[in-house]
Amino acid sequence: MQTIIRICAFIIFSSALHADEPYNVLLNSMVDKNFVTVERLKQDELQAFCSQPRSATVDEPRAAELREAALKGVPTPAGENYLGDWQRGEKVAINGRGLQYSDDPDQANGGNCYACHQLDPTELAYGTLGPSLSGYGARGQNPAMLEYTWTKLWNTHAYNVCSHMPRFGAAGILTTQQLQDVMAFLFDPESPVNRPQP
Amino acid sequence: MSKGFFSGLLATLVGLWSFTAISETDGVFDEYRELMGDDNPAIFVIYDGEEIWFTPAGPKSVSLAQCDLGLGPGVVEGAYAQLPRYFSDAQRVQDIEARLEYCMTHLQGRSPDKVRANAYSQRGELGTELEALVAWIADQSSGLTIAPAQAHAKERSAYTLGESLFYYRAGPHDFSCATCHEQTGRRIRLQALPNLTTHQGAAAAYSTWPAYRVSQGIVRTMGWRMRDCMRQQRMPELIMGSEASVALQTYLSVNGAGGSMAAPGLKR
Ligand code: HEC
Ligand code: HEC
Repeated sequence: MQTIIRICAFIIFSSALHADEPYNVLLNSMVDKNFVTVERLKQDELQAFCSQPRSATVDEPRAAELREAALKGVPTPAGENYLGDWQRGEKVAINGRGLQYSDDPDQANGGNCYACHQLDPTELAYGTLGPSLSGYGARGQNPAMLEYTWTKLWNTHAYNVCSHMPRFGAAGILTTQQLQDVMAFLFDPESPVNRPQP
Repeated sequence: MSKGFFSGLLATLVGLWSFTAISETDGVFDEYRELMGDDNPAIFVIYDGEEIWFTPAGPKSVSLAQCDLGLGPGVVEGAYAQLPRYFSDAQRVQDIEARLEYCMTHLQGRSPDKVRANAYSQRGELGTELEALVAWIADQSSGLTIAPAQAHAKERSAYTLGESLFYYRAGPHDFSCATCHEQTGRRIRLQALPNLTTHQGAAAAYSTWPAYRVSQGIVRTMGWRMRDCMRQQRMPELIMGSEASVALQTYLSVNGAGGSMAAPGLKR
């Protein structure tokens, strides 16, 4: 019985949405610019699943599937070496450039963490789309915390499907080295993230 | 007052702003806005726009004076506040930019590609014809209620389409408009982000575009705003007057319906 309901729900849902319409309209409404092509308009499974209002009801079994797939794709860095250089990591966190057609594709991409998070508490130009990460290191540098944070940065959907944070590792925005550096920026006791709160 | 005086004053204000902005989200800019009062430098662009409207141009050497913006040929007052709308001659829903393109190509005989290519100012340019026209036309709706037409089926489907585009996530960062504009009271770095899914947020945003951008010294249109947010979203370039641009603007104007037009606005 449950399967029948689910199949009916699927048919109603998919016919109401005309799944291809937004894609086709975008394809006819946009042109390649510099190194950014209309190839980017295509959605992967996760993007398609996550293109609903926050208030929409979530298909839980499907969400669990996507969460698992995301988790499976997260690599462990060689030698379980999660932490790089916090000073380099700070630069990655500050840099908001990368992958916009107005950006220089020969420069390294930034992580743009300050767009959405508070980090160094003395930096006042921080966004609030994500939670404050000031004092993040106080949560401890144990293996579980390192692995959790690494996974979160590599592919945030492994824990929170439809999170609005980019998939820095899985989408190839940041390199493994850049991610290790950002990790150090979050965890290192010397990092300004972990300076005592003013 | 002269244009030079304004540019000088503005340069000073922008300078001050960039040094002090760190202190508070929009507070400093709001003070400048107050200080400027009615002296929005867009006024000069508005005059230009009116002149352009009545000046013969294009291969056919006719003016736009007979262009129908939805309220009948040549009626400009109040037209902007009711856009986007369905136009039976074009058989599609159009925003002000798509409509002007239609009039420029059909009345004046200009090439649509050229109109589109010269729509928005490039960096360092002093404003385009289209920007001036939109500034004047929007000013002719100032104080009027945002009331986009939603009687025609195509107007309603433009809204539904706009809504689905608003939530459409794609590209390397997985962003949609909703990533940045679906919550209230958030900001990116220091820039306040309107919640465009609410009436209040959409009305405040929609009513103040086109806008004079102090940092750029030119008037920008709502179509340009759509294109530039798509750029931030890591998407390719949005075509002026395209179906997606019009649908997104329909979504915003319908959400903001009932609000009061106050364009050209003044933005950083
Ligand atoms: C577009 C906005 C955005 C950007 C850019 C962004 N994040 Fe996030 N981040 C979020 C949101 C929203 C959450 C909370 C929801 C969630 O957990 O997915 C979050 C959650 C997190 C968490 C988990 C916090 C916790 O309490 O468990 C960490 C760690 C994090 N982000 C680090 C980063 C780092 C480091 C960067 C830069 C490389 C970054 N974020 C860039 C939006 C963003
Ligand atoms: C990565 C974040 C981000 C995304 C994604 C984004 N925007 Fe924006 N948007 C901004 C920022 C930041 C501003 C304010 C810009 C400024 O103050 O200069 C803004 C401004 C606007 C405004 C003007 C608001 C006002 O009051 O002046 C509108 C309208 C708008 N965006 C619509 C959209 C639409 C539609 C989309 C999807 C196509 C979108 N945005 C995607 C960040 C974003």
